[in-house]
Amino acid sequence: MRIAVAIDRVEKRFGSLLALAGVSLQIAEGEFFGLLGPNGAGKTTLISCLAGLSRPNAGKLTIMGHDVRSEYRAARRLLGVVPQELVFDPFFSVRETLRIQSGYFGIRNNDDWIDEILANLDLTAKANANMRSLSGGMKRRVLVAQALVHKPPVIVLDEPTAGVDVELRQGLWQFVQRLNRDGHTVILTTHYLEEAEALCGRIAMLKQGRVVALDTTRNLLARFSGQTLSLRLAGLAPLPQTLRASATESEGTWTFHLGGLAEIEPLLATLREAGCTIDDLRLTQTDLEDVFLGVMQGAGNPGETPPQ
Amino acid sequence: MTGFRTLLYKEVLRFWKVSFQTVGAPVLTALLYLMIFSHVLETHVQVHGVPYTAFLIPGLVMMSALQNAFANSSSSLIQSKVTGSVVFVLLPPISYIEFFLAYVAAAILRGLLVGTGVLLLTMVFAVPALVAPMWAVVFIVLGGAIMGALGMVAGIWADKFDQLAGFQNFLIMPLTMLSGVFYSIHSLPDFWQQVSRFNPVFYMIDGFRFGFFGVSDVPPEVSLAVVATSFLLVSAATLVLLRSGYKLRS
Repeated sequence: MRIAVAIDRVEKRFGSLLALAGVSLQIAEGEFFGLLGPNGAGKTTLISCLAGLSRPNAGKLTIMGHDVRSEYRAARRLLGVVPQELVFDPFFSVRETLRIQSGYFGIRNNDDWIDEILANLDLTAKANANMRSLSGGMKRRVLVAQALVHKPPVIVLDEPTAGVDVELRQGLWQFVQRLNRDGHTVILTTHYLEEAEALCGRIAMLKQGRVVALDTTRNLLARFSGQTLSLRLAGLAPLPQTLRASATESEGTWTFHLGGLAEIEPLLATLREAGCTIDDLRLTQTDLEDVFLGVMQGAGNPGETPPQ
Repeated sequence: MTGFRTLLYKEVLRFWKVSFQTVGAPVLTALLYLMIFSHVLETHVQVHGVPYTAFLIPGLVMMSALQNAFANSSSSLIQSKVTGSVVFVLLPPISYIEFFLAYVAAAILRGLLVGTGVLLLTMVFAVPALVAPMWAVVFIVLGGAIMGALGMVAGIWADKFDQLAGFQNFLIMPLTMLSGVFYSIHSLPDFWQQVSRFNPVFYMIDGFRFGFFGVSDVPPEVSLAVVATSFLLVSAATLVLLRSGYKLRS
């Protein structure tokens, strides 16, 4: 399989802040790849380095084999980026915006493809509307359209669904999944972990500029397999001392990560013996959020080798 | 060169869509200057043997063209930086040279458009001669290019609108107003004549005016040498800035 994006020991400093501390990743052609991490983990910096908006202090990035610095023309033609910020040029209509963006990539008479993108993103009715008059969700869709005018084989979406309503989010994902099926490589950063779980075949988790987990979504979920038990005690009674160490508390709800269902009975027995009454109880399967929290809490210890 | 052409088209479309403000307003301002100064001075002053109103017209044309060339590139860049839409021109495969040429060419075009507007409207009051039009064209194009490039430097350097306004009010305005638009520097005291000779805008205006009347404070060849050198220096500085990615690519 060909490599769509290769990131090799990339470092980026902003003054004394080390935003990327030697990130290495390889993304194969046709992958739907997730880039996750808390705010400030370096996701957007990494994307900026890939897009040429930021210049790394060390390391090398290539897109389909083309170096993003020395062969920037080829590399940028192969890349479409949907930026995180909701930006637009207030002087132009939607169609003008897309025609101009096509021209920047050396493409003239691109109206057939522009019409197709507009139809897929449900923007046809707004084609001649000024950018200023669009709602936030529509501006977001135009950003997606702008990233696609030159039919890039690699598409990067940086938090594309932030502030977008549910219906539009579904429509957007269907479109992006179709692009992925058609062979486009998709790289996604998102705060909605259920989206990453549903869409991404492989995920890298970043923390403080380092890759702290990199695996298929399935393996990551398997690594933290098990259930989560959440319960509330009547009258917000305190949890018995013996259970405190294995639980986390948030707004009166105690959460236990279980290795298996067999652990439930002893736990309930302990509560019964302590005279606690349970007000509410829920049992859930591990999801990507649990994996994410598990990785983030476990990562970043000195001397720990990040799993590759 | 499609990238360059599209960027130039975008830059021209941008100012054209708000032409009331970017072309109409400066033409009106220049017209007001002409009406006031010619009313006060027409019967009292002749410069190089030319009646004052006619003498003033080329100066006003050039001053308006220069100020608007600067305003075009600087305001476009700062606006797209502040709103974040600059990313749309940074993501595509456009070289820094294409970037430079497109912004400077758009600035020259806006300068020419404003200058032509001022010339046509002020000709209601007096018709200046145009004895050597090629000199006038060369100076207005080179002057617009210098100001367009300076506008790029200011637009890239400034992080906020008030920083850009500072650049405009404390550097561009004094340089253009005190450049012999309203007078011949021979009418100044010796000290200020010498100071004026350090102002490159003086040579732009003086050379431009030579195109109209065939007379000037310094020979047009000298002015051309100064203006061409200024253009090369400012362009080199702008290109170095763009190539380094200063404040555009972190």
